[in-house]
Amino acid sequence: MDDKGKKFIVGIFEDEDILLDAITSVRDKGVNIYEVYSPFPVHGIENRLGYKRSRLSIAAFCFGFLGTCLALTMMIGMMTIDWPMIIGGKDFLPLPVFIPVTFEMTVLLAAFGMVGTFLVVSDLKPWGKPKTFDLRSTNDKHVMAIELDNNKIDSKKIKTILNTSGASEVNDKVMDL
Amino acid sequence: MHVESKLRKPLITGGKTLSDVSDDISKRVEEKPSISWYIAMAISNITLAVGAYAVYRTLWDGIGMWGLNKTVMWAWDITNFVWWVGIGHAGTLISAILLLFRQRWRMSINRSAEAMTIFAVICAAMFPLLHMGRLWIGLVWVLPLPNTYGSLWVNFASPLLWDVFAITTYFSVSLVFWYIGLIPDFATIRDRAKIAGKKIRAFIYGTLSFGWDGAAKTWSRYETVSLVLAGLATPLVLSVHTIVSMDFATSVIPGWHTTIFPPYFVAGAIFSGFAMVLTLLIITRKVYNLEDYITIKHLELMNIVIIVTGSIVGIAYLTELFMAWYSGVEYEQYAFYNRVTGPYWWAYWSMMTCNVISPQLFWFKKIRTNIAATFIISIIVNIGMWFERFVIIVTSLHRDFLPSSWAMFYPTIYDVGMYLFTFGLFFTAYLAFSKYFPVINMAEVKSILKHTGEKVKNK
Repeated sequence: MDDKGKKFIVGIFEDEDILLDAITSVRDKGVNIYEVYSPFPVHGIENRLGYKRSRLSIAAFCFGFLGTCLALTMMIGMMTIDWPMIIGGKDFLPLPVFIPVTFEMTVLLAAFGMVGTFLVVSDLKPWGKPKTFDLRSTNDKHVMAIELDNNKIDSKKIKTILNTSGASEVNDKVMDL
Repeated sequence: MHVESKLRKPLITGGKTLSDVSDDISKRVEEKPSISWYIAMAISNITLAVGAYAVYRTLWDGIGMWGLNKTVMWAWDITNFVWWVGIGHAGTLISAILLLFRQRWRMSINRSAEAMTIFAVICAAMFPLLHMGRLWIGLVWVLPLPNTYGSLWVNFASPLLWDVFAITTYFSVSLVFWYIGLIPDFATIRDRAKIAGKKIRAFIYGTLSFGWDGAAKTWSRYETVSLVLAGLATPLVLSVHTIVSMDFATSVIPGWHTTIFPPYFVAGAIFSGFAMVLTLLIITRKVYNLEDYITIKHLELMNIVIIVTGSIVGIAYLTELFMAWYSGVEYEQYAFYNRVTGPYWWAYWSMMTCNVISPQLFWFKKIRTNIAATFIISIIVNIGMWFERFVIIVTSLHRDFLPSSWAMFYPTIYDVGMYLFTFGLFFTAYLAFSKYFPVINMAEVKSILKHTGEKVKNK
């Protein structure tokens, strides 16, 4: 990171369908998009940008499985091994009785583990600094950021491409990222 | 691209644009609270303070302050607990099950319904917590903590302990689900504060927004998280009231020992939860002028859920009576005979009128699209659902196995005070939420605006 920061060209889009087509046409012309910022989730945007499907559901499964194992270990350890007691005529390893707590612990760990992973990989934290290219991107505008150093095409040409693909505004922006 | 039938009515009326949505919802957070908000908050705080005295006496002098006796050893505390937990079922049902069913009308109501869920579950938790008397020792009774009582572990065979796990999980997962949804909206308020030059507000909402910037990659992950959380929360919602019903169903008390309890309790919970959502939303939309977001269509759809779940509850009541007769067990028969015609007949018939008859009025389109009627019926349903729990609990206990120990239950003012305490807590929390948090999920509403907004629909 140098003192001046990185140079970006920022295209502002009004409509999500124009944005989706613009992403395809901008990428087809060989421009690397740094990131697109939207006020709401735009469906299909990850495919257009070439992002892979999120693996967070796998994380959820792993944490959930951990929850299942922890719950069973805890209950078997306490009720079967450490202090075996007959309760309600059931044996020392009453598996059906363990179902509710096992289920709850599975859900609890799956949910917390997945959300925790999501916060970590997306770098979301209370003291986190947003990459705000345009303050309107959380209100009503979609913002496409293109990093100049990451592109061989010169800035004038990129601006023309953005303008022709439907951007309502094209600005220069220096960001200290 | 999403294609939707022209025949469907727009979900958001008033020809709103994206920035209108931000303005309408964020304005409530940014402006000074109205006089009516202060008055409502004052009433809630006074209720909370009065109730807090009952809590103080309960903790200081013990639960002998309540009207419980040897025969009716469970009454208002557990009635209120189940009532509040039931109310807490609507929020996560709306945000999770309706998300899986792709019901877009949930988007205008899920935020406040989830907030209601969280506050209702906190209120519910007050009763078992305070019933333990000495909370600090009580922790060892409900949590599997190592202790010096001869490593006496908690009893995992007890439904009461399952309840501890179910409600803690439900509360924390609902809270996380709600907060994840709030993050993008906090970012909207943060950026508006930056534009307006409000530094303190920008800092507070900036912290709450976790540095959200709406990057496509993050949105894509966010969508996965929402979907998986919905998938996890769906069985969770159903499990919570199932387990609450097992507190009763696994006992041997006639009137409680029935296999119909889990589905019957879940339906009842959704029924009462939607009623409470309606009560709150009808006021919120009026006070905050949200008629374009929470339309008559939304209220009508919620009323339809009320008819369905109300009818399920009605059938469950009749099934219980039939099974009592058909079982041929005289004790079971007497429990229900006593319930319908005994000294608590008025509670039973209040329950029947409020829960079974009143929601049937929603079959008439005129009634289910009428706001005043909906508001009144939603309150009647809430009263009815309180009576349902009272009837199940008290009438099954008050005439037990020995006629010499038959008794009646009379609440003391401390029972009433405890109930008031939770009301004060609930409304204080809801009022604070409705002032400082965006009451409608702006990001989600924006995402459906293009397809179901009035502007596009009437093109």
